[in-house]
Amino acid sequence: MNTTAQTDTALRTRALESLLIEKGLLTTEIIDEIVEKYEKDVGPLNGAKVVARAWTDPDYKRRLLEDGRAAIAELGFDSAHGAKIVVLENTSSVHHLVVCTLCSCYPWSVLGLPPNWYKSYAYRSRAVREPRAVLREFDLDLPDTVEIRVWDSNSDLRYMVLPERPAGTENYTEEQLISLVTRDSMIGVAKIESPSK
Amino acid sequence: MDGIHDMGGMHGFGPIEREENEPLFHHSWESRVLAISVATPVPIPGGSRNNIENMDPAHYLASSYYEKWLYSRIKGLIDAGVLTPEEMETRMALLRNNPNAETPEHPDPDAVRAELARSRPAGPRSEKINIQPQFSIGDCVKARNIHPEGHTRLPRYVRGKYGTITNYYGIDNLQDAELPTGCTNRQQPLYAVRFEASELWGNAAETKSAVYLDMWESYLEPV
Repeated sequence: MNTTAQTDTALRTRALESLLIEKGLLTTEIIDEIVEKYEKDVGPLNGAKVVARAWTDPDYKRRLLEDGRAAIAELGFDSAHGAKIVVLENTSSVHHLVVCTLCSCYPWSVLGLPPNWYKSYAYRSRAVREPRAVLREFDLDLPDTVEIRVWDSNSDLRYMVLPERPAGTENYTEEQLISLVTRDSMIGVAKIESPSK
Repeated sequence: MDGIHDMGGMHGFGPIEREENEPLFHHSWESRVLAISVATPVPIPGGSRNNIENMDPAHYLASSYYEKWLYSRIKGLIDAGVLTPEEMETRMALLRNNPNAETPEHPDPDAVRAELARSRPAGPRSEKINIQPQFSIGDCVKARNIHPEGHTRLPRYVRGKYGTITNYYGIDNLQDAELPTGCTNRQQPLYAVRFEASELWGNAAETKSAVYLDMWESYLEPV
């Protein structure tokens, strides 16, 4: 988008905000609070905490795979409008990958706002048809022996991937594990590298 | 709707471009659009997505994620009679000529908050609904070949294809604008259905892969 169009869009947004406030439908404070929430509180760190807990507490992991929303809520992260969250466990033989072909649905409560590539037409169109080629573009070349399961988030349910715990982290604390977990590994476009590598 | 938004399986969009250290927002207006959208849902079937899917295809493709949201929000509020196009034009002209104009303040912010909480669409219904699911895990099913003009969550690439039920998610509210023929209830069993890549993409399928979709019962027929 060029600068003139950008200015026009910014102006249109200001006009909308100002009219909604004038009509008593919103306040500046409400808008600021929501922006702040996504800038500060809701991001992939939430998901990383869920993953690290699942790696260190088998009972929690069982609950997480059984009822994602409830187990995630245990850590204080509530899903928008109470949407169900399904957690998909990656193993050495099965790799899960999440996409939304119709829109750009994404598990905001655990991963925050989606990156632009997740919303891109290329990812939305290709992930279901050629997931292996897509993963290679993310530098993840999975052997043919690994089954790939692509989840198209077409309903109001949300999917999150539980990546494999990397080798060499047996003595890591939960805090140390949290720092290893990447956003992309919870979408399924990356694995978590062993820290010893 | 068989629209441009239904992109699963399309060719031609090129490689996936990633941005190093991508910021949360690329322009400050994007964060305002996000917040306005989160705070004020569009009260029509399919919500904000219905308006986005009905954009002219060229407009859709040329618009960013938050531009689509902004377009959809303004259209939704105009259609609901909350705003008029003239009001928007007048306010834009005013702000263009007075870039430092102050944003108005509401005398009673708590009343606004209370009204927003009241008008928020209800979440998933919690009461027990006595609907017996027609399918069981392991059943072979076929996705219906339907082409509704309104909002649907049944992507084109899966219509008419055979799959297997892998999960049962309970009773869920169908999000389509129109109820499929013969269907009287939006509250329906929701399943995950596995479709083998070869079933969806034929000879072009990659080895050892499958696609899973969430399917309301009215999207499925028994095999």
